Amino acid sequence: MIKHFINLEWKQYFRSSYWQKSIAINILMVFFALYFVGMFLILGFGLLPGLKKFFPDEDPFVLANRYLFFWIIGDLMMRFFLQKLPVMSVKPLLTLPIKRSAVVNYVLGKSAISFFNFLPLFAIIPFSIMLIGDGYATSMVLTWMFTMILIVLIINFLNFIIEAFSAEKELSFLPIIIVVGVLFGFDYFNLLPMKALIGDALMGVANNPVFILIPIAILLLCYVYNFKILKEKLFLDSSLKSKVTEVKAADLSWTKRFGDIAPFMQLDLKLIWRNKRTKSMAWLMVIGLLYGLFFYPQSMYKDMVFMYALIGIFSTGFFLINFGQFIPAWDSGYYKMLMSQNIKYEQYLRSKFVLMAMSVVIMFVLGIPYVYFGWKVLITHFAAAIYNIGINTHVIMWGGSYNRKKIDLDKKAAFNYQGTGAVQWLIGIPLMIVPMALFGLVNWLIGFEAAIALLLILGILGILFHKKLMKLITKRYLNSKYKMIDAFSQDN
Amino acid sequence: MIYTKDLSKSYNGTNVLNIVELSIPKGQSFGLVGNNGAGKTTYFSLLLDLIKPSTGSIANNSVVVEQSENWKPFTSSFIDESFLIGYLTPEEYFYFIGELRGQNKADVDTLTSKFEDFFNGEIIGKKKYLRDLSKGNQKKAGIVAALIGNPEVIILDEPFANLDPTTQIRLKQILKNLAEKQGVTVLVSSHDLMHVTDVCERIVVLEKGNVIKDLETNPDTLKELEAHFASGSMDSQEEE
Repeated sequence: MIKHFINLEWKQYFRSSYWQKSIAINILMVFFALYFVGMFLILGFGLLPGLKKFFPDEDPFVLANRYLFFWIIGDLMMRFFLQKLPVMSVKPLLTLPIKRSAVVNYVLGKSAISFFNFLPLFAIIPFSIMLIGDGYATSMVLTWMFTMILIVLIINFLNFIIEAFSAEKELSFLPIIIVVGVLFGFDYFNLLPMKALIGDALMGVANNPVFILIPIAILLLCYVYNFKILKEKLFLDSSLKSKVTEVKAADLSWTKRFGDIAPFMQLDLKLIWRNKRTKSMAWLMVIGLLYGLFFYPQSMYKDMVFMYALIGIFSTGFFLINFGQFIPAWDSGYYKMLMSQNIKYEQYLRSKFVLMAMSVVIMFVLGIPYVYFGWKVLITHFAAAIYNIGINTHVIMWGGSYNRKKIDLDKKAAFNYQGTGAVQWLIGIPLMIVPMALFGLVNWLIGFEAAIALLLILGILGILFHKKLMKLITKRYLNSKYKMIDAFSQDN
Repeated sequence: MIYTKDLSKSYNGTNVLNIVELSIPKGQSFGLVGNNGAGKTTYFSLLLDLIKPSTGSIANNSVVVEQSENWKPFTSSFIDESFLIGYLTPEEYFYFIGELRGQNKADVDTLTSKFEDFFNGEIIGKKKYLRDLSKGNQKKAGIVAALIGNPEVIILDEPFANLDPTTQIRLKQILKNLAEKQGVTVLVSSHDLMHVTDVCERIVVLEKGNVIKDLETNPDTLKELEAHFASGSMDSQEEE
């Protein structure tokens, strides 16, 4: 049975137009994977000597265990945003003589061989080797290593449980924030010494291998729970059949003032508000807005002025990046219709542009309180906002003409929990790194004012040449019209 | 009105459509029949410039469709459910199409009110998204949306499929009306020989991408078509 499943997925993956047309992204992903593997190897080999050097009085093994807590919550957080439960189209399988439990076991089993589970091994195994080399008892270290692998798997399955809960909520990232926040809060306010607790637990298991049964039991529990949730979803009527929702129509007549692009703007706003996937993206804007709070309060970033540009671009352009990278894939479901209708492509794109530009302005205005961290921050954010409007909007729309992957807006939460894979986070990098590098370089060579001026001038140039740029972009879209129609009418 | 010349479409060397010449005059109700894979949808997609022809061209009212977009204002179509925007209600969808075709809300309302019978009370005012409607009701909404804005050419791919008998009969009435009274060029494709012969003045039979019959509809047409398709299936069995 599993052989058949693997065969099916193999074909699904390699026969999709996405694979064939985005080799560049695949290569990039491999590079990133290698990069992380390298980082973890360095961590694994370097941790023991590092700890010895900086904390000569303490037992490095005990010390490392104590900080595992942070790794656990960090890992949980990362996985929530980047890892998805492996998707499998189950509908065709339901009527075939296949046991439901086989499908579920396969999906869960497949998740266990995710890259996210292998990555920690590149740190855990070298660290263990170093420990043994350093004279720690081999049996103890091996028990510890095995426990760590169990913990990785527990996190893996715990994440899917959290995702299963968040799939039903509007604020999809709320459960993870609560879980991580509560755990962190316990520790931070000394209500429950999580750090010590987890450290002691691991030491306990390492010293007394019988206790390894406890993590095994937790793992089994997580697995069984996942199994239960998924099996319930494997019925046509529970999740594959769509729920009928009553329409809540909002008055969008204010868009009329935008003239000929009004119908498209109304469509885009409805698109965002009426589809699960886009709606959770809109909510993520809150995180984008608060992004600066992760950095500015820390004194170590006070002197890193170039970081202001990055945070400015990111927090004012959060919607732009998340919405823009899927133009025109958002409309992939009815792209054929749009192409046969009496529309001007330029209007269609301009509506997206106006929407993104408006979001930048709104995000900037909402971010004005950042002035608390200094006027330089606010000015940089302003320059970044102008740069976003002038340059990044056009860049991202240009990039959109290379989109060949359909987005299924109607897709409900059968196995499709997050919809946010690593690829989409990567696309944002050129949009943010380039202005940051320019800003940092000029700031370093000439000065802060010159760096601000550079971003402003670039942004204003972009706005001045908006019409020209739009013409170029429109042409690109028209040129790839047939390819897009073809790709969007394929299922994968 | 629609003039096709030397049109062919091939995928990786396989020819799926090959029409030497086909001319459809204004106001004709034109039916395209053929088995699966005969090239009906391919022809309509070429006509709507959704795919690129390998050779030849189609001119819609003297506008070559792949060279200019000026055919769009007077041409409308409903090919399949992917023409619908799932997260809109039928009304919103009609208004959206209306705005693209230069019609205000009142115009659209007047038009859709004429189709109350056709909708059978299941489309308008139900506060449901298009994605939540049944296949048949989606099709009704799509077909009516294709009538918005007084198009001169209407292209419908398999309009009768998925509809209930009552609606099929009403749809036939609507289509006849368009061609006879309003001078609209109506192009439909179908597997249902009876419906096409009822609606269309002219029927073209496609087989493996080629036009093999071009008939003026008369009382014997249905029999002729049935005889043709019955023998066609015999032939292919013999070939095997």
